[in-house]
Amino acid sequence: MTNHWSDIKNADLVLIMGGNAAEAHPCGFKWVTEAKAHNKARLVVVDPRFTRSASVADFYAPIRTGTDIAFLGGLINYLLENDKIQHEYVRNYTDVSFIVKEGFGFEDGLFNGYDADKRAYTDKGTWGYELDEQGYAKVDPTLQHPRCVFQLLKKHYSRYTPDVVSNICGTPQAAMLRVWETIAETAAPGKAMTIMYALGWTQHSVGSQMIRTGAMVQLLLGNIGMPGGGMNALRGHSNIQGLTDLGLLSNLLPGYLTVPMEGEQDYAAYIAKRTAKPIRPGQLSYWQNYEKFHVSLMKAWYGKNATAENDWGFHWLPKLDIPGYDVLKYFDMMYQGQVNGYFCQGFNPIASFPNKAKVAAALAKLKFLVVMDPLATETSEFWRNAGEYNDVDTASIQTTVFRLPTTCFAEEDGSLVNSGRWLQWHWKAAEPPGEARTDVAIMGGLFHRLRRMYREQGGANADALLNIDWPYLRQDEPSPEEIAREFNGKALADVTDPATGAVLAKAGEQLAGFAQLRADGSTASGCWIFSGSWTQAGNQMARRDNADPYGMGQTLGWAWSWPANRRILYNRASADVSGRPWDPEKKRLVWWNGKAWTGTDVPDFKVDSAPDEGMNPFIMNPEGVARLFAVDKMNEGPFPEHYEPFETPIGRNPMHPDNPKATSNPAARVFKNDMELFGTAEDFPYAATTYRLTEHFHFWTKHCRLNAITQPEQFVEIGEALAKELGITAGERVKVSSNRGYIKAVAVVTKRIKPLTVDGKTVHQVGIPLHWGFSGVARNGYLTNTLTPFVGDANTQTPEFKSFLVNVEKA
Amino acid sequence: MDMNRRQFFKVCGVGLGASSMAALGMAPPAAYAESIRHFKLTNTRETRNTCPYCSVGCGLILYSQGSGGKNVAQDIIHIEGDADHPVNRGTLCPKGAGLLDFVHSPNRLKYPEVREAGSNEWKRISWDDALDRIAKLVKDDRDANFIEKNDQGQIVNRWLSTGFLAASASSNEAGYITHKVVRSLGILAFDNQARV
Amino acid sequence: MATQDVIARSATTTERPSIREIGEVAKLIDTSKCIGCKACQVACSEWNDLRDEVGTSHGTYDNPIDLTAESWTVMKFAEYENPQSGNLEWLIRKDGCMHCAEPGCLKACPSPGAIVKYANGIVDFNQDKCIGCGYCITGCPFDVPRLSEKDKKAYKCTLCSDRVSVGLEPACVKTCPTGAIVFGSKEDMKEHAAGRIADLKERGFDKAGLYDPDGVGGTHVMYVLHHADQPSLYSELPNEPAISPLVSLWKGVAKPLALLGMGAAVLAGFFHYTRVGPVRVEEDEAEAPGATGVHQVDPAVHVVDPKEPRA
Repeated sequence: MTNHWSDIKNADLVLIMGGNAAEAHPCGFKWVTEAKAHNKARLVVVDPRFTRSASVADFYAPIRTGTDIAFLGGLINYLLENDKIQHEYVRNYTDVSFIVKEGFGFEDGLFNGYDADKRAYTDKGTWGYELDEQGYAKVDPTLQHPRCVFQLLKKHYSRYTPDVVSNICGTPQAAMLRVWETIAETAAPGKAMTIMYALGWTQHSVGSQMIRTGAMVQLLLGNIGMPGGGMNALRGHSNIQGLTDLGLLSNLLPGYLTVPMEGEQDYAAYIAKRTAKPIRPGQLSYWQNYEKFHVSLMKAWYGKNATAENDWGFHWLPKLDIPGYDVLKYFDMMYQGQVNGYFCQGFNPIASFPNKAKVAAALAKLKFLVVMDPLATETSEFWRNAGEYNDVDTASIQTTVFRLPTTCFAEEDGSLVNSGRWLQWHWKAAEPPGEARTDVAIMGGLFHRLRRMYREQGGANADALLNIDWPYLRQDEPSPEEIAREFNGKALADVTDPATGAVLAKAGEQLAGFAQLRADGSTASGCWIFSGSWTQAGNQMARRDNADPYGMGQTLGWAWSWPANRRILYNRASADVSGRPWDPEKKRLVWWNGKAWTGTDVPDFKVDSAPDEGMNPFIMNPEGVARLFAVDKMNEGPFPEHYEPFETPIGRNPMHPDNPKATSNPAARVFKNDMELFGTAEDFPYAATTYRLTEHFHFWTKHCRLNAITQPEQFVEIGEALAKELGITAGERVKVSSNRGYIKAVAVVTKRIKPLTVDGKTVHQVGIPLHWGFSGVARNGYLTNTLTPFVGDANTQTPEFKSFLVNVEKA
Repeated sequence: MDMNRRQFFKVCGVGLGASSMAALGMAPPAAYAESIRHFKLTNTRETRNTCPYCSVGCGLILYSQGSGGKNVAQDIIHIEGDADHPVNRGTLCPKGAGLLDFVHSPNRLKYPEVREAGSNEWKRISWDDALDRIAKLVKDDRDANFIEKNDQGQIVNRWLSTGFLAASASSNEAGYITHKVVRSLGILAFDNQARV
Repeated sequence: MATQDVIARSATTTERPSIREIGEVAKLIDTSKCIGCKACQVACSEWNDLRDEVGTSHGTYDNPIDLTAESWTVMKFAEYENPQSGNLEWLIRKDGCMHCAEPGCLKACPSPGAIVKYANGIVDFNQDKCIGCGYCITGCPFDVPRLSEKDKKAYKCTLCSDRVSVGLEPACVKTCPTGAIVFGSKEDMKEHAAGRIADLKERGFDKAGLYDPDGVGGTHVMYVLHHADQPSLYSELPNEPAISPLVSLWKGVAKPLALLGMGAAVLAGFFHYTRVGPVRVEEDEAEAPGATGVHQVDPAVHVVDPKEPRA
């Protein structure tokens, strides 16, 4: 979230699209009801189904799953055509005036630079701004230059007329226009709309671009950085934000630093590439500090062994040969027999990954699998024949499986990062059952053993392990406090202010924040964005002061928020160019007081940079402004374009009916053996989507009696019209199949899913909740991901769980 | 039938017939001492925690039976929202409200176990056996398949034949130490739920 | 109870002792804020240490499908196509005891002190005194109490009398994520409702209103409805609830006769006990022919089978 949960109360309008907050985040959704009750806010829901969120909305519009870019692209067109943009914000805080390089183009559904054989844009050279001799981007403040971002944007989305959009999305035009009109009202300075989205946007082959389109809308309306505004990703797990922040992904290091590619053999070049210089005068471009963060990380990991002479241990880090070994890529490798060992720490991939048959077959090719979990997951028993739910030949599966019991939240100390970036410490209340241990103890125990073995026996690249700094009082079980202090960081030598020479932190002291990090090895910090969470003053994550003196809901004394306890990102943009809040009454966030930036939140800005110095709010970008034109950062193009789901119910992209290469995302992650398993509308005529129910959490709560009672048995939702066509009544069992397998479940027949008219055809949608499996105290069922396709977004490789094709028949 | 003999005796066993007599209007005034269920949290220990499910990060109060003294195993008997928490303000969704049944689920794992190749059953093993065996498998596979240099002779120090999925419900501290260990081994097939 | 003095008691005519002046409490359920998440169901069962059976899906979101002796509150889902606006509405109602000011259950109950009403408005069952006759079900205009198949006693929402008596709000109220359930003095709840109704009217629900029906003297569980003119839209919430005429008949004529019958049964039971000794628990689950007289007093009384769809 750019903003955070309780800030939603400041919204004038709430758009829930690509998510179902009432269902999946009920206690966060509370702040929508607060906004309605105390701020006269309206709630608009756009979703394939009339959801629990829709049930309390002021307005609901249906949409065909997977077509949100068209809907929002049409909205961009509507805003530009009707001059409903926040002019001062857009001109000053976005890149509308920037001139794009010559040669950038878009034709017949593809941007320039596409290589069809590689399914990738291999030449992104023209996807950028034209630079002058000093290296600054050229701009045209009149916005008239034909290649300025504003003109290109206008041209790109002029094709998204109401007729075209309604024809793609199936949303009736009147409903669509009503949503657009309502949203357009928040273009007024001081008015804010928040967008709440979740996996309904991420889990598409065009997921990242859906989110991007939403963000572009918010920029045009001047809603980023505003209290009650923002792009708010409602993340799915309690610490999925923290694990992302800590970089537990193939190509990341903590704090959004990145793993080097194998071509990056030179440390200085690795750093230089990531140290973006400002491309407009007077901008901060905060990533210029990359090396401080990187060296501090290496000092936290390798201690004294990381030195300037060995480039801070640069070559102890593994180097990538491809952009990343994401799970789709890796399970494909496993399926091909190229993987021997796998660890699942609190993760249930056989239930959570697409095409369960492929995932199960892949796991069966492992030599060993280690599962650490508080609960008996399906993955740990993928070898067990559970009849129709998991019909495997146990004896032929030669994988050795270890199952290690772990503590749950109630049995350990530690911190979690919520969606609003708050790091909240929690405390242990009881001992775990039996011999269960913490994940920390298991990793510590394993690492301790490995180091002993490598020390005694030697082995491949032993240095990378043996040089690790492991300063914990108990070698086999570091304490959470020790680890938290480490990721905050400490001074290894006295840290001084370069301007005055004053000592900011003495050697050995905890650092106050990332501004104190140094690139000379005098500081250590395991995750720079968490620096400030455990300072010399103690554990800031354990703070529990809920005072809200301004009534703006920012509660700066409750826990600690990264970065630097700022609660709303880009909050400088909540004030106009002169530094005055767009709405000084109800939306007071930060302002210039004549000497410094101050406010009800911690300013996300250089605190002493006066407005007339011209520094812009988006300090992480070398431009200083937000990008409507994504330059080369996105893999399928600088502007989002509508592409059909890989399994499309209409068989073509109405935007580009004659170019089959542009039917679905031309750069999406897809493997040949999976492409062969895609179904077509001829055999699988219905558009399906999977989702959570509020009564359950993934595959955990089927182990909890109280939740099993409230939703005991697997079901699917079909509309009344389709049910009538198929002769199905509520409560009957149905078989739902895709080209990858089938499930059987009870039919919920509902008025809440209506057929849509798309590209001249009637499209029925089928809703498939995901919570059942072959273990637990709820009734056993099929893993829903038996049905889903193994295809991922072009940027994140997140699977397309939300749009695929099925057939439905009586079971 | 609605009243079987067991209840029947319970109703009238001790003061036989008294209730029926009272029903006829002859109840003594003293009978007003009605029983409300006793309040079950009076002396429980309260511990602040955070809900492990979605990312709202609701504050919890865990109520456990026992004084925390040497001779007691604290037992969590009730979980409720933290009324001071600025986001959830004491509320919990159906999952959070049912957390007690997660803590005490019959499907909680208690002991390390192994399923040997081709076997149809779990076998309980000790932690030392489990970690020793896993460490050996890891070292053998790593030493056999570690790539120090690629075909161009560039230093790559990666190990691709084993992968690691981390848990997005584990703490930052678990995540951080896991990252430190996993990268030092050269693992690149490293992911968490953020990917899906 | 110290804070919840009894002001009415089933099958008791004796004058009550002095009652302290304590305010009436009320729970207000705002159907326009309710998202049907069932947190209240779970919190209720968790607090009250109830674990109902893991049932089946009936092709709706409702689970359990109805109140049971171990599910004291359930969400009822109704899909309504509003003919005026053309909009689909998902009307979700938390069902459970309404804690009537004039409780039909209490009036119908033949067992002294098995049902009590406290001065703060809570209507509570005392299972130690319940004889399992099920008359409370007949007496209830909202069809709320349920007989347990395990101990053949009647159960329902207590409005968390154990929590309220120590100064807390009921478990369902505390947990409700969207603030659709609120709790306080009856006066404050009516005022809160008035604000909500004004807001709903602004948002196009002209007939929004408060459900606090006179037929039972008002209730200590009230609803804000978007369509207060049609309560029955909300999964058969009675438009005009009133105590069944059967209960009046019972109070006037049948009750003394029935109690005489019960007296006979008591004696019969006593003789049975003294002759053959206590029976084993297992046998209790079977039909015991000796006491059928109790059942026959009012054939309308029945054991509710929670698995059976209700009309």
